Amino acid sequence: MSAAVRLTDLTLGYRRHPAVHHLSGGFADGSLTAVVGPNGAGKSTLLKAISGALKPLDGRVALQGLTARDIAYLPQQAEVDRSFPIDVIDTILLGHWRRVGPFRAVGQELRSQAEEALALVGLSGFERRPIAALSAGQFQRALFARMLLQDARLILLDEPFTAIDARTTADLLAVVRRWHGEQRTVVAVLHDFEQVRAHFPETLLLAREPVAWGRTVDTLTSANLARARAMAESWDERAGPCRRGMP
Amino acid sequence: MTPYELVAAPFLEFGFMRRALAACLALSLGCGPVGVLLVLRRMSLMGDALSHAVLPGAAVGFLAAGLSLWAMSIGGIVAGLAVALLAGLVSRATPLREDASFAAFYLISLAAGVLIVSTRGSNLDLMHVLFGTILAVDDGGLLLVAGVATLTLLALALLYRPLVVESFDPGFLQAVGGRGPGAACHLLFLVLVVLNLVGGFQALGTLMAVGLMMLPAAAARFWAERVATLALAAMAVAFASGVGGLLLSFHLDLPSGPAIVLAAGGAYLLSLAVGPVGSLRVRWFPRRHLAA
Repeated sequence: MSAAVRLTDLTLGYRRHPAVHHLSGGFADGSLTAVVGPNGAGKSTLLKAISGALKPLDGRVALQGLTARDIAYLPQQAEVDRSFPIDVIDTILLGHWRRVGPFRAVGQELRSQAEEALALVGLSGFERRPIAALSAGQFQRALFARMLLQDARLILLDEPFTAIDARTTADLLAVVRRWHGEQRTVVAVLHDFEQVRAHFPETLLLAREPVAWGRTVDTLTSANLARARAMAESWDERAGPCRRGMP
Repeated sequence: MTPYELVAAPFLEFGFMRRALAACLALSLGCGPVGVLLVLRRMSLMGDALSHAVLPGAAVGFLAAGLSLWAMSIGGIVAGLAVALLAGLVSRATPLREDASFAAFYLISLAAGVLIVSTRGSNLDLMHVLFGTILAVDDGGLLLVAGVATLTLLALALLYRPLVVESFDPGFLQAVGGRGPGAACHLLFLVLVVLNLVGGFQALGTLMAVGLMMLPAAAARFWAERVATLALAAMAVAFASGVGGLLLSFHLDLPSGPAIVLAAGGAYLLSLAVGPVGSLRVRWFPRRHLAA
């Protein structure tokens, strides 16, 4: 199967310190992949780079048959102002941005699509609620509805279920499976190994360097996990310039 | 004193009070929504910084042409935009956050302004620039504030969606729309802030102009829960403060700029105490909850 996203010798980081080091591989078109690893392993950094928000220090991210506009990216929760005076429906409708842009009107068809998306995430009847009145789980449902409208080929989820109740997680995992069934490529940063084993066929285990990448059963072995922990803890503050790949 | 004498007579009998009233209405229409967006973008203090930044430009205009409205306004616009752009550039190119770079530039600007005015003008002129003279607004001044209000409302109508989205979820706008729209909106919005401050400063003075922008916007947060209604509430509070301040200043012979801003301050405190959304009253004396 062809790759939707191909990473070639990718190094990402901040102020020359690599957060992801020499990562090569691909996310196959239509694959459903979990990215797991210890804290500081570079998982969120990797998603930012794929979404185009972060420039690589080295190597490259190649999107095949996709442009930046085919990507839906859900950052970690803390990044949105949840006290903002906006209704649920208006938040969801932002998912149509590519179709309506800054000036065009939102027609009846786009509006009913938004209502369908709300129903799908279990938020029917919440259209006119201010988002400030939503719980963390309900707000996450709303953001998933917004992504449904984005109709993206590549969906990047950064810790979508952290601090989310079990019921909401189950409902949103159903949405993820739906995306998978529609042949969309989904990459999710996750912490719960049980969840990964149950719902994600592919896994990338990352500890700044790739530890393992492939079928979840082959990746999440105790040997690999121990190796990932050891690699994450060996952070050298005074590391010299990396020579790997140099002539 | 009859209610007629208290409220209506000053405006009916005196032309300068009617002019001041019209200026207040125009200022309220522009400053209300701009202030609301400043609050929503967590830029309340940048409005303050920009209002100080306008001073040296106005002072240079004053030096070049005396108490000429147009010279001072153009100078103020140039200085305000220069500070806004420099601060924006510094915060994008260096790790210094935007609020800190704003503070640095406006302090330089303010000190330069006070220096220019005080070395070359009399103290009276300094008072005029700092505290404004809404009771002496002439035709040119009225045209300026009305023009600024018109431009502001048209621009906001056009930019409403991207501005609100950029305030709510800038990361999302950048992801779906690219860097361009967000940055352009931010820039145009800063232009609107500067224009409204310059419109306000000849009426209320540089230091007070931002009062009619921020206090009604802060008060509106206790009356409304959506961006559009917040803007309407801010306009209403601003205009009511303008009327109240003008009457206070007329009857008690107080300077008009501070009287108007203090009236807005009073409106803010009142809203904080008894407004229907999240005020102290709602917090301390909650009404019975609804049926499930």
